[in-house]
Amino acid sequence: MKLKVEGLNSHYGPAHILFDIGFEVGEGEVVALLGRNGAGKSTTFRSIVGLVAQRTGRIMFEGKDVSVRPTHEIVREGLGYVPEERRIFTDLTVEENLEVGRQPKRPNAPHWTREKLFALFPNLGEMKNRSGGRMSGGEQQMLTIARTLMGNPSLVLLDEPSEGLSPKIVEQMVDAILTMKKEGVSIVVSEQNLHFARLISDRAYIIERGRICFGGTMAELDARPDIRDAHLSL
Amino acid sequence: MAFYVAQFLTGLASAASLFLVASGLSIIFGVTRIVNFAHGAFYMIGAYIAFTLTERLSGAFGFWGGIVLAALAVAMIGIIVEMVLLRRIYHAPELFQLLATFGLTLMVEDLVVLIWGPDDLVGRRAPGFKGAIDFFGQNIPSYDLFLIVLGPVVLGILWLLFQRTRWGVLVRAATQDRDMVAALGVNQKWLFTSVFAVGVFLAALGGALQIPRDAVHHAMDLRIIVEVFVVVVIGGLGSIVGAFVAAVLVSELNAFGILIFPKISIILVFLVMAVVLIVRPWGLFGRPEAAARKTPGLTVNPWRPLTPNERLAALAALVIAATLPLFAGNYALTVGSEIAIFVIFAVSLHFLMSVGGLASFGHAAYFGLGAYGIAFLAKMAGLPMIVCLLLGPLLGCLGAAVFGFFAVQLSGVYFAMLTLAFAQIVWSIAFQWVDVTGGDNGILGLWPSSWAASPPHFYWLALGVAALVTIALRAMVFSPFGYALRATRDSTLRSEAIGIDAKRIRWTAFVIAGTTAGIGGALFAYLKGSVFPDNLGISLSVDALVMVLLGGVETVSGAVIGAIVYKALNIWLISQTDLSKLVLGGFIMLIVVVFPKGIVGMLEMLAQRRKKASPPASPLLAKPIESAE
Repeated sequence: MKLKVEGLNSHYGPAHILFDIGFEVGEGEVVALLGRNGAGKSTTFRSIVGLVAQRTGRIMFEGKDVSVRPTHEIVREGLGYVPEERRIFTDLTVEENLEVGRQPKRPNAPHWTREKLFALFPNLGEMKNRSGGRMSGGEQQMLTIARTLMGNPSLVLLDEPSEGLSPKIVEQMVDAILTMKKEGVSIVVSEQNLHFARLISDRAYIIERGRICFGGTMAELDARPDIRDAHLSL
Repeated sequence: MAFYVAQFLTGLASAASLFLVASGLSIIFGVTRIVNFAHGAFYMIGAYIAFTLTERLSGAFGFWGGIVLAALAVAMIGIIVEMVLLRRIYHAPELFQLLATFGLTLMVEDLVVLIWGPDDLVGRRAPGFKGAIDFFGQNIPSYDLFLIVLGPVVLGILWLLFQRTRWGVLVRAATQDRDMVAALGVNQKWLFTSVFAVGVFLAALGGALQIPRDAVHHAMDLRIIVEVFVVVVIGGLGSIVGAFVAAVLVSELNAFGILIFPKISIILVFLVMAVVLIVRPWGLFGRPEAAARKTPGLTVNPWRPLTPNERLAALAALVIAATLPLFAGNYALTVGSEIAIFVIFAVSLHFLMSVGGLASFGHAAYFGLGAYGIAFLAKMAGLPMIVCLLLGPLLGCLGAAVFGFFAVQLSGVYFAMLTLAFAQIVWSIAFQWVDVTGGDNGILGLWPSSWAASPPHFYWLALGVAALVTIALRAMVFSPFGYALRATRDSTLRSEAIGIDAKRIRWTAFVIAGTTAGIGGALFAYLKGSVFPDNLGISLSVDALVMVLLGGVETVSGAVIGAIVYKALNIWLISQTDLSKLVLGGFIMLIVVVFPKGIVGMLEMLAQRRKKASPPASPLLAKPIESAE
C-alpha cells in the first residue's frame, strides 16, 4: 500500500473539520477524492502533509508513519503536494519556481528533469524566464504541478487541478496526469468535477462534511446514482 | 563648490554602513517577518569585537582579518539568538517580536559596558587608508573613498547571492510564501537561521567598518537603529535596492542638513520621510503588504462592560489607594504619585494598541511633549499651575495630531517603526535645540502651586486624574467611537465597506491617546520639578509597552496593574543593581516567551480553568503554521 490514512481528525481552532477520515492508495494508482466545496478535501490534503497542526490519526506512507513529522520531512519522503490555490512564487521566474521544488533523485520514483517537464508542459518551456505573476491561470496550474514533480515524488496529492481552467487546458491536464501515472507516480486527486475524475481515476472516495461516505471503483460509483446525486453537484 | 563635493562624498561614505545594517534588517524581515530591533545591538557588538581584534592582531592582515572575523563572530551570536529566542516567537504578534528583540538590545547595552567599560574607544586607522586626498583644497579621507566603493560592491554581491544561488532563490520564495516552501521539502528552520545569520553578519560588518571613522560607544545601537528604521521606511522594507537608495538619501540629507539647519538637521530627514509616506506609504521600492492580522494580543475576547461586583471592587481599590496618605510617609507618597502618573501613561497606550490595534513604539513623545508644554507655559509664560495643567497637554495633543496623521497612513510594523522614528526626532529636537529646551540640561524649577505642593495633596491630584482618565477611556471603548475603532482594528476593509473612515478614526484615537499621555507628562513635570529630553526617550516608550504587556494586553485593568507592578519593581530594581537594563531586558524576554498574556491574562486563564478544565496549551508554542484562510 502506497498511502494509508486512518482515523484522521483535524481542527482549525475550536472547529472540528475532519472526522475519522480513512482511505488507501495502491502503488501506481490514481484515486479521486470527490466532494463539494467545503466538504474537507483541501483540509484532508493539508493535514496529510502536516500543514494543519491540530490533527490526530495515522498516516502511513510507504509503510512509515509520517503523521508526527514536520511538513518538509514528509515531502522529502516522496509525498508531493500541489495546493489548490497554486501558490506560485510570483516574483520568481518559471525556472526559479522549479528550482525551489528540486530535490534529489529517489530510487522508487520517476526522475523528473526540467527538459522532461517542459516536454510534459510545452507552454512552460516557452516562458522559462517569465515571472510567475505574469502567467495565466492554466499556465500557473501547470507550473505548480511541474514544481512539485521536481521533487521526484512517488505520490502526489493534487488539489482540484481542473478548477477554473478552460476546457482546452483541462484536456492538457488530463494528458499530463495520465503521463504521470504511466511514469509510475501514484496520485490522489481531489475534484468536484466527476467527468474530469472519471477520465483519470481508478477508484474514488466521496467526502461530505468532513466524513468519507463512499469508497469504491468508478464502476461501483456509477452503479450507485443515489450516492452520486446526494453528495456531488453535477 | 569643492566644499559641497566633499560634503557629498562624506555623505556617501556614511551611507555604506547604514546600507549594510539596513539591508540586513530588510533581508531578515523579508523571510521571518520579524523586525529585528536588536539589529543595532549586533551592529554595536560588531564594532566592539572588531575594536578588540584589530588591537590584538597586528599588520594589515590583522586589521582586515579582524573586521571580517568580528562580523563572523557576531553572526554566530546571531545564530544562537535565532535558535534560542526567535524560534519561539515566529508566530507571536509583531509587538511581541519587537519587544523581545528590544529586551535583547537592553541586555547587550549593559553587557558591552561590563566587558569593554563605559568609555568611548577610538579604534585603529585602516592600513593603506590612513591618509587623505586633497580635492581642490578639501581633505577627503581615503578611507571614505574605500567605503564609497564598498557600498555598491556589497549591493552587487547581495544581488548575485539572491539571483544566482539556490539559497537566494529559496530565500526569495520564502519571502513570498514560506509555508509553500516547506511544502516543497525545504527545511524552513535552517533557512530562517541562515537568513538571520546573513542579516546579522551585515549589521556587524557595518559596525566593524565604522571603527576607523567613529569612536565605539555603548549608545551607538539606538542611534543607528533609528536611522535604519527611517531608511527602511523610505526605501521599503524587504527591498535591498530600496535600502541602498534610501541609505544614500538619508546620509546625504544628514550631510547637507547640517549646513541648512545646524541645530536640528534631523528635521530635513523627517520632511523627506513624510513626503515619501504620503506618496508611497510602503516605501520607494517596497510593495504594499497584504493586510495582516492586527490583533495586538494572542486572542481578543469581545470586551464587556464591568459587572456591578467588578465596579464595586474597582471603587474599593480606588478608596484604599486614596487612604495611602493616612499612613504612608512622603517618599512613599512620591512613589505613589509617580505610579499614578504611569497608570495614566500606560492606559493611554493601552487604548491605542489594544482598542485601536496600533502598537506605538514612540508613545513617550506625547508624554514628554506634555511635560515640555508645562515647562514652556510655567517658566516662559509664568502661568499658574491650574492653567498650565489644562493647557500643557495640548502640546502632546498637537504633536500627536501632526505625527499621528502620518503614522496612521501605515499599520503593523511600519506603524511601530514610524512612531519610534518620530519619537526619536522629537527627542533630538529637545536635545539639540538648546536655546529653547535647554538641551541635556533640561528645564528646571517647575513647582506646583501651594494647593498641590504637599505630597499628600499631589498624590490625591495624581490619583484622581488617573482614575478619571481610566474611567473615561474605558467608557470610550463602549461608545460608538469605540465600536468604530475596534471595527477598523479587526478588519479595515470591512469597516470601510460599511462607511467608517478608518484613517480618520485611527487618527482620532492617536490624538486621544497622545493627549492623555500628555496629561500624564504634565503631572510628571510638576512631580519632578523639571523636564529632560529623557522624558520623551525610547526607553520611556518601551517602559509603557512593557507595562501594558506585563499586565496583559487584553484588558484595561491589565494596563493599570502592569503600570503599578512594573513601576514599583523598576524603582526597587534601580535601587538594588547597576545592571538594571540587563535584568529588565531579560525580564521582557521572559514575559514575551513564557507569559505572553500578562498578569491579568494569567489570572483570567486560571479562573477559567477552574470553571471548566479545558487545557489551552502554551498559546505561543502551540500555534500552528497555517496560511491565512
